[in-house]
Amino acid sequence: MIPTSACLLLSAMLFCLGMLGVLLRKNALVIFMSVELMLNAANLAFIGFARQHGNTIGTSGHVSAFFVIAVAAAEAAVGLAIIIALFRTRKTLDVDEVRVMKH
Amino acid sequence: MNVEIILFFVFSVCTLVGASLVVFANNPLTSAMSLVATFFFLAAIYVLLYAHAIAALQVMVYAGAVMVLFLLVIMLLPLQNTPLPLRPSPARWVGALSTASVLGALIYASLQWQKSLETLTPTTQTTTMSQETLMRFGNLEEIGLSIYTKWLFPFEALSLLLLAAILGAVVIAKARI
Repeated sequence: MIPTSACLLLSAMLFCLGMLGVLLRKNALVIFMSVELMLNAANLAFIGFARQHGNTIGTSGHVSAFFVIAVAAAEAAVGLAIIIALFRTRKTLDVDEVRVMKH
Repeated sequence: MNVEIILFFVFSVCTLVGASLVVFANNPLTSAMSLVATFFFLAAIYVLLYAHAIAALQVMVYAGAVMVLFLLVIMLLPLQNTPLPLRPSPARWVGALSTASVLGALIYASLQWQKSLETLTPTTQTTTMSQETLMRFGNLEEIGLSIYTKWLFPFEALSLLLLAAILGAVVIAKARI
């Protein structure tokens, strides 16, 4: 069996890579992809714990991961719509140049 | 070293390389394609953890639907002539430092958790599932049973959320309603 701490370590590294992307990058699209990476890191932790505690809690971790995937799909649709609207009004995706919500 | 752990290690390294490419590539198209690769390697890791249904969902929803949406937006917007390289600034240094500290905290927490697990008595340690339970563990039947009985209300609420997301996306992205 794969040690659960290995899953947690991989999940931590993946989460921090996503966090680095959100905090460092200027391109709104790449920031968005980094958010998806962070969501996937959370999913990996859920599934690792589900494997560890499968005897007592069953597949609850898998159900949580399922809900995360569904919410991430909804979030991607709305977020990309916001990015399109942003590009239409500002002609840029640079988040450093988007400081106010009105235009 | 059994083959499961070796495969896990290989897929982990591939996942981390793909994720680094997502974060540090200059072209958003490169980022998106490495994100697809990362999702596939993560699906492979889910299979190793006996989460077959979630692995299939990961490939269909993430690597399929969500990434098609991303690629569509990237190709819709004329981005090729406006690269946005990384420029260091004080805020970015603070961001990098805080990320490093979060990474340290998470690694410390998972190692502590592993240590606390080893001191538990064997009766509460639940690492060993019988081969029979393991065969049914992560398949669609098991998860569907759980979703449609125990988690029925959140599941139905999810359909409302998706409807709201569809309507919201259309309203926001449309130039003139």
